[in-house]
Amino acid sequence: MNRLRKFLASALLFYIPLIAMLLFVLIPFLWTVVTSLKHEKDVLNAVVQYLPHPATFQNYINVWKAGHFSVYFLNSLLVSATSVVAIIVLSVLNGYALTRFNFRGKQLFMIILLCTQLLPAVIFLIPLFLTFKTVGLINTPLSLVVFYVVMQVPFNTLLMKGFISNIPKQIDEAAMVDGATRTTVIFKIILPLILPGLVATASFAFIGCWNEFIAAFTFITSSKFFTIPVGLKFMIGEYDVQYASLAAGSVIGLVPAVLLFAYVQKYLIQGLGSGSVKG
Amino acid sequence: MSQPSVSGSATRGKIAKLLRDERAYPYLLIAPSLILILLLMFVPLFSVFKISLENYSMNQLYGRGFIGLKNFQDILTNDPIFFRTIPVTIRWVVIEVVLQLVFGMIVALLLNRTFKGRAFARAAMFIPWAVSGVLTTMLWLLIFNQHIGLLNDLLRKLGLIHDSVAWLANPGTVFGSVLLAELWRGIPFFAITLLAALQTIPPEIYESGKVDGCGPVRQFFLITLPFLKEAIVFATLMRAIWEFNNIDMIFTMTGGGPVYLTTTLPIYMMQSAIIEGNYGYGSALAVIIFIILMIFTVTYLAMNKFGRSIDE
Repeated sequence: MNRLRKFLASALLFYIPLIAMLLFVLIPFLWTVVTSLKHEKDVLNAVVQYLPHPATFQNYINVWKAGHFSVYFLNSLLVSATSVVAIIVLSVLNGYALTRFNFRGKQLFMIILLCTQLLPAVIFLIPLFLTFKTVGLINTPLSLVVFYVVMQVPFNTLLMKGFISNIPKQIDEAAMVDGATRTTVIFKIILPLILPGLVATASFAFIGCWNEFIAAFTFITSSKFFTIPVGLKFMIGEYDVQYASLAAGSVIGLVPAVLLFAYVQKYLIQGLGSGSVKG
Repeated sequence: MSQPSVSGSATRGKIAKLLRDERAYPYLLIAPSLILILLLMFVPLFSVFKISLENYSMNQLYGRGFIGLKNFQDILTNDPIFFRTIPVTIRWVVIEVVLQLVFGMIVALLLNRTFKGRAFARAAMFIPWAVSGVLTTMLWLLIFNQHIGLLNDLLRKLGLIHDSVAWLANPGTVFGSVLLAELWRGIPFFAITLLAALQTIPPEIYESGKVDGCGPVRQFFLITLPFLKEAIVFATLMRAIWEFNNIDMIFTMTGGGPVYLTTTLPIYMMQSAIIEGNYGYGSALAVIIFIILMIFTVTYLAMNKFGRSIDE
């Protein structure tokens, strides 16, 4: 009797809510994958098909080639990778300056970094659009890289500050006694030591760039520079939506972010828990 | 011919010297970021204020010029759409943040227990966070579709509805539908933040709580909640600002329609500035967004006495 009650209680309070939440989260993914494997005519059928039969990869081939997703994918990859490298390098330099030196204006620099976190990105759209138009940056991938770097450097600097402050200063000093310059110390000693945290942060910054839509939609007007989110947005035509292709395009856009995130989330929880984001 | 190379090596020598100067070095490190931030965030911030005082527009025949507070006056006295966006925005932020917090808390508590398959459950539960607003839209479009959507089919099979509902075109359901899709993407953020905070609670506290006769409900309110307070305050603030500024989801899902039912203030700004090219009017809306968010943030932080130890 007691065991039955215990079983019922854990089912009611734990397993049922857990399964309900998992279903809520997973169903949109699964439904998209299922839809992407159907023939377009089966999708439009009045009787909803729960499994594709027969399954086809034709939608992926269509979207990748005729739908130009190979181009969007490469654009997204290029813009995100370039941005992440710049974000990481700048954040490490800032983090090193903030943990190893006491300099005039350090406090002010910290305040500026924190202030940027309170400014809504949407308010920069109009002035940046107009400035970029004047200097000829509109419709270039560089406009996105510049925007992503500026938006992400402040937060990542705070993260790097946390990582670098965990490394004792004596290591720097020992290397410098042996004749290393500060710059060598940063790139040859600090960088390898913070590598695990660095990889997690970089992946996270990558996902941020990969997913960004508003700036990409505003700054890029020519389809040869579209990133995946913008390409997807334009797949929803006014009258005619090809749902199976849309689903295939969505899955293509999901893959890198989902893979990276599945790998990174463990470190992310640890990082947040150990308080590296607090300061 | 040799002139440039000589001066080139001279500057290189100067840089090398600067790089060895311990007093100049930190400034060299922060200089690139600082210049970028000032140039691309602080200068634009001032120019938003400046443009908001101009009649700057794509279809302005006589060129741009200073018109004082006219844009703001028009917005506040003569713009019925603006006044419709305010309650939509408030409703959007409040409902979204509260629901995300509640469900995020539930998920965090569930995932904090040890059970078989926890690693998979965690990864699965957190992945929507890695999905962009546009992709979320695409995923849910397939579910909300009137004719071929999963939701209508399931509800019909369960006998809950007879006619298919056009979830995103129907004024009665559009807000709730967008809300649900964004909820799907937003729960993981709270779940991760709260789970991280849960793991910092020392287990001895629960043990001594048990000795004192605390049941699970009292445990939650007397131990867990107070411990999570700072994380909740922080996550709620970030999320409220984020949901206020949320454009990609709503914009790709409904474009603000039907009849402005999902037009929040930032969506309206985006439409008037970027789509219609009314830069002056849109900038005035951006300034209003800025003011609202600043007042909100400062009040919120003061109310929660947060940030006193920002540079500990």
